[in-house]
Amino acid sequence: MIGGGHLLDVDTLSRAEIERVLDLAVEMRAARGTPTCRSLLEAETVGLAFYEASTRTRVSFELAAKALGATVVDLHVAGSSVGKGESLIDTLRTLERTGVTTLVLRHETSGAPYLAARCTGMAVVNAGDGMHAHPTQALLDALTLREAIGPLDGRVIAIVGDVAHSRVARSNLHVLVSCGARVRLGGPAAWVSGFEGYPGVEVAANIHDTLADADAVMALRVQLERSAVGAIGSLHEYVARWRLDEARMEVAAPNAPILHPGPTNAGVELTGELANGRRSLIGRQVENGVPVRMAVLALVTGAA
Amino acid sequence: MSEERFGRLTDPPVTFLMTGVRVVDPGEGSNTIRDLAVLNGFLTDSATLPPGAEQLDGTGLIAAPGFCDLHTHLREPGGEDAETIASGTRAAARGGFTTVCAMPNTDPPPDTPIQLTRLLEAGRDAACRVRVVGSVTIGRAGQALADLAGMADAGAVGFSDDGAAVPSPDLARAALSCLAGVNRPLIEHAEDSSLVAGSVMRAGPTAVRLGLAGWPPSAELSVVERDIALAAESGGRLHLTHLSTAAALEAVQDARARGVPVTCDVTPHHLALTDAWVAGSRHFAWDEPADVGVIAARAFDGSCRVNPPLTSREDALALLAGLADGTIDAIATDHAPHPRERKIVPFEEAAPGMIGLETALSIGLAAVEAGRLDLATLIHALSLGPAQIIAERRSLAPGQLADLVVFDPLARRRLEAEGLASASVNTPLLGMELPGVVRLTVADGRVMYRS
Repeated sequence: MIGGGHLLDVDTLSRAEIERVLDLAVEMRAARGTPTCRSLLEAETVGLAFYEASTRTRVSFELAAKALGATVVDLHVAGSSVGKGESLIDTLRTLERTGVTTLVLRHETSGAPYLAARCTGMAVVNAGDGMHAHPTQALLDALTLREAIGPLDGRVIAIVGDVAHSRVARSNLHVLVSCGARVRLGGPAAWVSGFEGYPGVEVAANIHDTLADADAVMALRVQLERSAVGAIGSLHEYVARWRLDEARMEVAAPNAPILHPGPTNAGVELTGELANGRRSLIGRQVENGVPVRMAVLALVTGAA
Repeated sequence: MSEERFGRLTDPPVTFLMTGVRVVDPGEGSNTIRDLAVLNGFLTDSATLPPGAEQLDGTGLIAAPGFCDLHTHLREPGGEDAETIASGTRAAARGGFTTVCAMPNTDPPPDTPIQLTRLLEAGRDAACRVRVVGSVTIGRAGQALADLAGMADAGAVGFSDDGAAVPSPDLARAALSCLAGVNRPLIEHAEDSSLVAGSVMRAGPTAVRLGLAGWPPSAELSVVERDIALAAESGGRLHLTHLSTAAALEAVQDARARGVPVTCDVTPHHLALTDAWVAGSRHFAWDEPADVGVIAARAFDGSCRVNPPLTSREDALALLAGLADGTIDAIATDHAPHPRERKIVPFEEAAPGMIGLETALSIGLAAVEAGRLDLATLIHALSLGPAQIIAERRSLAPGQLADLVVFDPLARRRLEAEGLASASVNTPLLGMELPGVVRLTVADGRVMYRS
């Protein structure tokens, strides 16, 4: 899919394709600022269409596109014709006609980028769609993990929280399993059910079993805006049973790092001590956002 | 494709002789190759035809009683951008249907005898018979019973709040009690609205993979069980439409064994398509591989959004078995046209429904070719089975007003948007090659379609 004009999901990427993105991201990080790098996408116009709030993803896509010399337009959804009731596809076709060649789309519904890819001629990069996928987040997480703990073969990566409503978790499952990792899911039953059958994935019954000997731990955001808490009783109960803290991390592999896609809910998914402590890779995740998105943009446009 | 012609119920009656056609008549239990003669609209003995009557070669073709669709959305009034009585009945005729039952989720819904009469009037010169299903509740709002007896007198063949179930048990019981007195079925869209809130496809591995909120089978079963209990108490006839789960089918089987007056239908798309189609599969249920994966070029296609949602492979095969063993009385299309702009949207925002009148026979024939259904059962489920539920007759015996379809079961056609008679094109079958082409549809002795 990547290199073929779109990045809609990571589920069809092979290990070799994933590693190519990560290797290229490392190259991009080094090359950022060089004249070659800054001319790579000078013929491209990248349109950012974010129908949902975003800081990290939108800003890093914008910086990535600019670092490659692309012209960047940001469709300010609230201030655009979307507010006048224009349909998604009409808006995207308008962007295409104005000259956008590559579309970076975030949308609140699962599958919206597939519609964009089918019904327009633009290269489409999925920047997060509903509960379905967040490909570039999973790729930057894989890069962050690889750089922190080495190759992922046989390593146990624990993912804790609301897997069911999480596009980050879905995309991470595919990337981590493709890279040879074992994924262990932990969370309230309503948040992990349905994933038992995924190849390479196991579901743990409690926080202890989830973290035991884990080589790295990924905390998911509790998505209060998707009103997902109703299914599990209460937020208080989640914190009591599942919140990551230093004591619970004792059973994980020594120095096992912690990732979180952000933004965190203070004190809900993990303690502030963990989020800001020695195990935390949260800052590294954000830093890796730009080079990974540079690599993705270069690949979907055929520039790399 | 040869030239196509449509007719109207107001056309003059037809006279012709079709030679050597295989006549499958479920009412007679017969299946023979013979000549089929129609004189001034009536089936007759070929010896009585005048010399010079038009002769048609029926070699290789199958003649069956006209099909009857218990569940059609003609969208008139209020949704004429998607379909009209004229376009919808032409689609019906092209699919071999001679009767369609217009569902009442129109704007406004038919909830009074006068509105019902008006709709029946509007269908007088259509391309097939238009029967009308009245709204159970006033404004289809689920609050108070409409004038069911009055609408039955005006010609309603049944009552439904389709699009939703009758929401409360007491209202459903009152409706069934009332309908017991006028011998009309309550046609129930069995679905608990609170259990399906927000869902857009069948719960299961594909929904989990695609990150789409899942529709639980309990939503159907809970209303089916409620209504069966109410039908048993009240004596009113219950007809469950578009059943989509094996669990609900088992409940129907049990109820019938106890003598509860319950019938049911299934749509072609719940028999043959599966939830994997939302991920881009285009395999019929009986051909579906173990892991379909996600086919990016077709995944999340709004044309696969339908309610109840496309079912699991296991449930589709159970529904096919239920049709084969007679638990399911009828195939009904739930033909639900929508304008393009309501389907070229993200999957979750797509209007639910797909057109079905022009493909029902083809899907059935695909199941026959796959050995999942026998031809006589298919024809029964499309013609006599549904007709009996609305007290229509179907027979190919001499003396009857001709009401029949003739189709070529082996001819194949690629389904193209341009060729459809419906005003809408929302079906995921576009581009697929399907078996079965209708050559002639005759309703009330008039030619409604010919190709």
